[in-house]
Amino acid sequence: MTDELNYNPSELMVVNAARLLQDGDVVFVGVGIPNLACNLAMRTHAPNLQMIYEAGVIGAQPSRLPLSIGDPTLVSGALSVCSMYDIFTLYLQRGNVDVGFLGGAQIDQYGNINATVIGDYPNPKVRLPGSGGSMEIAAWANRCYIITPHQKRRFPARVDFQTSIGFLSGGDARKKTGVRGAGPEVIVTNLGLMQPNQDGELVLTALHPGVSFEQVQENTGWDLKQSETCTVTEPPKQEELRILREELDPGRIYI
Amino acid sequence: MTKQMSMKDAIRKYVHDGDTLYASGFTHLIPFAASHEIIRQGIKDLVLARATPDLIYDQMVAAGCARKVVFSYMGNPGVGSLRRVRAAIEAGTLEWEEYSHFSMISRLQAGASGLPFMPMKATGASDLADQNPNYQKVTDPYTGEAVVVVPPLKPDVAVVHVQRADAEGNAHVWGILGEQRLAAFAATRVILTAEEIVDQSVIRSDPNRTLIPGMIVDAVCHVPYCAHPSYTQGYHDRDNQFYLEWDQISKTEESVGEYLREWVYDVPDRAAYWEKLGPEVHQRLTAGARLSEPVNYGDY
Repeated sequence: MTDELNYNPSELMVVNAARLLQDGDVVFVGVGIPNLACNLAMRTHAPNLQMIYEAGVIGAQPSRLPLSIGDPTLVSGALSVCSMYDIFTLYLQRGNVDVGFLGGAQIDQYGNINATVIGDYPNPKVRLPGSGGSMEIAAWANRCYIITPHQKRRFPARVDFQTSIGFLSGGDARKKTGVRGAGPEVIVTNLGLMQPNQDGELVLTALHPGVSFEQVQENTGWDLKQSETCTVTEPPKQEELRILREELDPGRIYI
Repeated sequence: MTKQMSMKDAIRKYVHDGDTLYASGFTHLIPFAASHEIIRQGIKDLVLARATPDLIYDQMVAAGCARKVVFSYMGNPGVGSLRRVRAAIEAGTLEWEEYSHFSMISRLQAGASGLPFMPMKATGASDLADQNPNYQKVTDPYTGEAVVVVPPLKPDVAVVHVQRADAEGNAHVWGILGEQRLAAFAATRVILTAEEIVDQSVIRSDPNRTLIPGMIVDAVCHVPYCAHPSYTQGYHDRDNQFYLEWDQISKTEESVGEYLREWVYDVPDRAAYWEKLGPEVHQRLTAGARLSEPVNYGDY
């Protein structure tokens, strides 16, 4: 029993994100936890997953953990390398990307993401890095996953700035914009999983072992609903943790 | 006709106060040697355009070269915040114009292809478009639906670093290609820096790898290790340790000032900079060999 509980919040998020990926998925991936999740999925249930990077790398086989999204290890041994314009048009805009991973400083009740500013845009209190590729990934990947620690300041009812859209104000608002992708499907946090209901509102659909609904509510900035079918996630398996710790991130940079 | 000249002469001749500069390269091939020369020459009021301003523009902003930044992701990649650019924006001392990666690159694509604008599929996100009037909508004449468009970006000068080029500026590039080629075609003037200057027969041996033709290049500079602390695929590794150190250095104006004095103002050129980094760094950044299979173009 003690072994089962012997994992940290980052490991818990990586393992749960990896389990969402399907064999054969084409994944638009960032560095850090999404990169680990893809590599874990490839070494377990999804050997045919393909990683593509916004820098223009397709089918990367990194031999070390990249610090940046443009690391040379992504290129050596990759299937293909193209320009940024090509990766955004031929792959993402055209609809050849199954999964996009997203993160941000704020995620709201309808899965909209803020990565731009806290406060007023012209006179920002905190100037964040901005969209990068996230505006397009959120709109055009067939489905999206958001991975983020569960803290109240990260989950306000409304974001200060909509850098990338989830379900806007809910209902059919996203559909009306004509974007091609289905939007955020699962939000993976260190407390559990949230998913959009029919109205596009994020509701709690799973708790991690040992976590209570009250704990999640305390760390969420809106009146959180719990799905009737809310489950408890299966704890990370020994083998998943072994791959993560021994093969993927032995220097413990991200986990 | 040779266009080869020193970095110093190329910057003096082709970069002027008030220019819009695009120092290209997505993480890879970022021409730090050119920015250091621009800082040394005291060029001012530049509009600095790059998808990712990276450390290169953080240093130029700190050195007082910039009036404005145009960007789509303002971070220290894999590390965190780009502190000097961020501080200048938060203090209201630096103008900025912001895009998403794809709209930024689309602007270059329009500039590079001589088009009046570039259309993009809807992203549903309107907050940035509300703040930046360069995002407009036109009606698709075929379906009647609204299409987002962005105008061309045409820098006065682009700096592009490559693995190898001939003296006329025909250049082979491999590894992450980012927006290198678009920046070169979009710009009015192009400064090309290369790890190696090779005979034209080397370029002609593999024409598919020539992404930048000499016809659009104004100056060719032989600058080995031009990209450090960024990298050049197959020549040296990215100095991730320095990207992490910059997060500390850039915390205060004083420590940035000290860095600039020691590593930019008091260093005459890139050769001296590389020498100053020392054998330990050279060793750490060595790129091992992983060769591609040769292809047969055929003898016709």
